[in-house]
Amino acid sequence: MIKEFVGATSGKFPGRPHRLLRAVAFLISLAALPAAHAALTIEIVGTGATQLPIAVVPFRAEAGLAQPVTPVIASDLARSGLFRMVDSGGLNPPPYEPQDLNYSNWRARGADAVVIGSVAPLSDGRYDVRFRLMDVARQVQLAGFAYTANASQLRLTAHRIADVIYEMLTSGKGVFSTRIAYIVKKGKRYELQVADADGYGAQTVRWSDEPIISPSWSPDGTRLAYVSLEQKKPVVYVQSLMTGQYQAVANYWGSNSAPTWSPDGRTLAVVLSKDGGSQIYFINTDGKGQPRRMTFSSAIDTEPNFSPDGELMLFTSDRGGSPQIYGMPAAGGDPRRLTFEGSYNVTPRFSPDGKSFTFIQRNGGRFNVAVQDMTTRQVQVLTDGAIDESPSFAPNGRMILYATEVRGRGVLSAVSSDGRVKQRLTEDAGDVREPAWGPFPK
Amino acid sequence: MNRILTATVVLFLLALAGCAATPTAEQPGAAVEDRGKPVGPPGVVAAKPKPDTGAKPLVEKPLGAAALRDPGNILSRRSVYFDFDSNLVKDEFRPLVTAHARYLQQNPGAKMRIEGHADERGSREYNIALGQRRSEAVKQMMQLLGARPDQVEPVSFGEEKPKAAGHDEASWAENRRGDIVYQGE
Repeated sequence: MIKEFVGATSGKFPGRPHRLLRAVAFLISLAALPAAHAALTIEIVGTGATQLPIAVVPFRAEAGLAQPVTPVIASDLARSGLFRMVDSGGLNPPPYEPQDLNYSNWRARGADAVVIGSVAPLSDGRYDVRFRLMDVARQVQLAGFAYTANASQLRLTAHRIADVIYEMLTSGKGVFSTRIAYIVKKGKRYELQVADADGYGAQTVRWSDEPIISPSWSPDGTRLAYVSLEQKKPVVYVQSLMTGQYQAVANYWGSNSAPTWSPDGRTLAVVLSKDGGSQIYFINTDGKGQPRRMTFSSAIDTEPNFSPDGELMLFTSDRGGSPQIYGMPAAGGDPRRLTFEGSYNVTPRFSPDGKSFTFIQRNGGRFNVAVQDMTTRQVQVLTDGAIDESPSFAPNGRMILYATEVRGRGVLSAVSSDGRVKQRLTEDAGDVREPAWGPFPK
Repeated sequence: MNRILTATVVLFLLALAGCAATPTAEQPGAAVEDRGKPVGPPGVVAAKPKPDTGAKPLVEKPLGAAALRDPGNILSRRSVYFDFDSNLVKDEFRPLVTAHARYLQQNPGAKMRIEGHADERGSREYNIALGQRRSEAVKQMMQLLGARPDQVEPVSFGEEKPKAAGHDEASWAENRRGDIVYQGE
């Protein structure tokens, strides 16, 4: 299976080889997952402060494909809230190559950038997908890449193209080819699913008739840690997304929960009650060896989360009388209280740049997503749902994914970190909760 | 020394259990234990029995596993309810906890889990910790009453397995509890 995908994505235009290598590893990891027939539907509310007008021209020969490429690219860009789609229809023939472009026409349509390209079937059944991103004002090519993909990889290829466009035209990296993990409750069944960041391609990686909570991505995106109650108590598992194999890594006397990975991928912070109370311990990711106790309070210490550089650990504690967020050196040391507004601040998760963290704050009976600056301690509340939970940053720091409730049903939402753009992802079949945004594919 | 201390605590708690005996509609079966003759651990004189009210006195010999399923026996009652944001075992549940502690003491091979629960509000992981605190409070009381620590494993389901599905105070109250489950059940 691995052999099948080696070289599945290859760059023929000048560009970034590391990107392509990452794509291959990512494809391999996807290939091992069993398919599930579930889809998240996305609804977008609000727009970015400025929107870049862009036209995405349907690629040559994509019309006959089971998965046309450009609609995925356009919907990725539109969903970010940072782009405005300019009509690309009504041109006969449509432009596929730079020499086909009539720039004054695109200026008249108000486009700052145009995406053109083609899809060509290869003799081995795969496809050659190539695109160019053209700057309308300067009449130059900003980016151009070619990919070789089989039919099942066309969506992913489209996401990768959207990532390149996003990176060229905004100051950040695109997250369209990243994945999210979440739990769907369907009747009495709990499914741990992994899907593309746009909600498509959902795969059930684990299911149980007992609750599953707290999925956490390994930094390289190849494994998930989570808590399952299948043994009639909370036990922490680690599962490979490549092989599907899983094992209990924390199954001590009492409860075992709240796993989170250290940035080097070598340590899991977990909450154990084996010595009484809920306290934070470090364990090896294979569960071997003795847990190392990191907090020493008679209160609740839970929901650990590491800073991206691995130096700091945030956690929730009620040692001061109400649940608040504390920070301490990850090597051990004295915790320092970080949140002071309100009587209920929980679930801290660092931003990818380590300069802020997102968390849940209770305001007059409502639970909302907030962000606090690590330096200024300034807090911004970003959402206004009744019960918002489990926030996690996109790996580019631009969006925060969280769980909320609409008419009594759990749905996933994402909000831009400035609060302006909101997306709602609804699953047809069940109650969705506990989202976690995965890392950039390595 | 420890034994004496334990015995004293047991006596005190049993006395409390006797005093708190006000059977209510929500606590069916409470009358049996509350009005009956409290029995201490072997070698300990139990608190002075109240005058006979016609209730069946508890037997002195160790209770078998059948008692756990007998609807007329307090041991068939398995849930301890808690107030909001509290892990205090309320007086009305002391007889229940006492009876189970005594059962564990009389049946050294018996083991149980106490499954702590929390209402749906707030973070799932924080609620696991709140449920854990509740199950540990029940465990601690059982230990004081003579159960061995290794007979009682306190665990938590947090908000994950609500007994009542509603989103109101009545449902929340129903979901803030500790459930006693014996090994093999």
